[in-house]
Amino acid sequence: MSNKMKEILLKPVFNENPIALQILGICSALAVTSSLKVTSVMCICLIVVAAVSSMLVSLIRNQIPGSIRIIVQMTVIASVVILVDQVLKAVAYDISKQLSVFVGLIITNCIVMGRAEGFAMKNPPIDSFLDGVGNGLGYSVILLALAFVRELFGSGTLYGFEVLPISTNGGWYVPNGMLLLPPSAFFLIGLFIWGLRAWKKSQVEAPDFKIAANTPKGETA
Amino acid sequence: MASNDSTSNTIRVALALCIVCSVIVSTAAVLLRPAQQANKDLDRKTNILAAAGMLEKGDDVLAKFATIKTKAVDLATGKFSDSVDLNTYNQRKAAKDLALSTDLGDNDIAKIGRLPKYMIVYVVEGASGLEKIILPIKGYGLWSTLYGFVALESDLNTVAGLGFYEHAETPGLGGEVDNPSWKAQWIGKKSYDTDSKQALTVIKGKVDPSRPQSVHEIDGLSGATITSKGVDNLIKFWMGENGFAPFLTNLRAGEA
Repeated sequence: MSNKMKEILLKPVFNENPIALQILGICSALAVTSSLKVTSVMCICLIVVAAVSSMLVSLIRNQIPGSIRIIVQMTVIASVVILVDQVLKAVAYDISKQLSVFVGLIITNCIVMGRAEGFAMKNPPIDSFLDGVGNGLGYSVILLALAFVRELFGSGTLYGFEVLPISTNGGWYVPNGMLLLPPSAFFLIGLFIWGLRAWKKSQVEAPDFKIAANTPKGETA
Repeated sequence: MASNDSTSNTIRVALALCIVCSVIVSTAAVLLRPAQQANKDLDRKTNILAAAGMLEKGDDVLAKFATIKTKAVDLATGKFSDSVDLNTYNQRKAAKDLALSTDLGDNDIAKIGRLPKYMIVYVVEGASGLEKIILPIKGYGLWSTLYGFVALESDLNTVAGLGFYEHAETPGLGGEVDNPSWKAQWIGKKSYDTDSKQALTVIKGKVDPSRPQSVHEIDGLSGATITSKGVDNLIKFWMGENGFAPFLTNLRAGEA
């Protein structure tokens, strides 16, 4: 694999993470991360959709009229998502029930759309495919980290196996119920972004405006 | 690129794309439908058996379900009815159909709005006749309607199991209705007292086993008062006069 391909594949994982740097795809990051099993399936679905749809859009990019390009991208993405959803319903019904509408909502996931418009429209199919996989991986890293924390401390399990024996079943650990609710993912994503930007300083954005100092003493507002 | 943007090319590309995509999507939908239908069916049967406490790990759901008879009950007469097609009847849809349901008015303690005229029940028969009966239940908790089943032993009074297969109560609080140790408490409790009055209830706090009425009482879920109350209401409703009580009376007398 050439260096360029490696870069396309790996850059979105930490350096240009779609969730942490571009703050895209937050809604599903909140909704499907209360258990690792469900999250893993969601991540696989997103990687497949992002990679395949980017590749397909790239394949036909020279035929797409500029005036309807967004609609064309949406149609390709929607078709791939429906395929994935149908396959999931046929082979992993339990998980597809838990993911409910969120597989369908991959259609509106800004990451997929953003990569189609921002990368696949200008690059050849193989690069676009790798870019889709890379962004899918970037999304997955965050989702899996969230799900790990939320499942471990929210239900005392990992992949459904009991790790911390919880008090309602006679153990010692009192689970933190808030971690099972969507807002907890906001706090965790915030902490993750903080950690990532402390590690990679280049991701820190310049402030849009400066907060004015307090009114000095003696002056009236 | 310029020729791409002509009107005729735009229409050509849009048409071609739509045709290709729709063929792919519809082919997938048609090819995968049998597998999906089988999954749905299996899921429903698993829910029924699990709610009734009849499912152990590694059981063959379909084989086990084959021993169960599906029947429709006319709630007004309290008798089995042949007037609905078991394959197509959907009691959730019926509850919204004015012709197939009745308005509960002031009797709506489980907050379900309309009551379907017919409910589907599942009869487990053994060598000695009726062994268990599985009844559908539903009612409003804190955030959502809880859908589940309660199973009764052959005396049509002792609870053989209870479970919910669909709800959206708070995880960790009201969501504890799915907790196996809480559900296990229901087993062996009596639905009706010695005067055949509905008595099964979810109380606040822990049940004191020394009291005589403890045979009708279930621990409330701590931190989930409203969900517990909802479960209490729905069990009172479905075991009561507007629910399955007339049917169970008939069945006990052998007249259903």
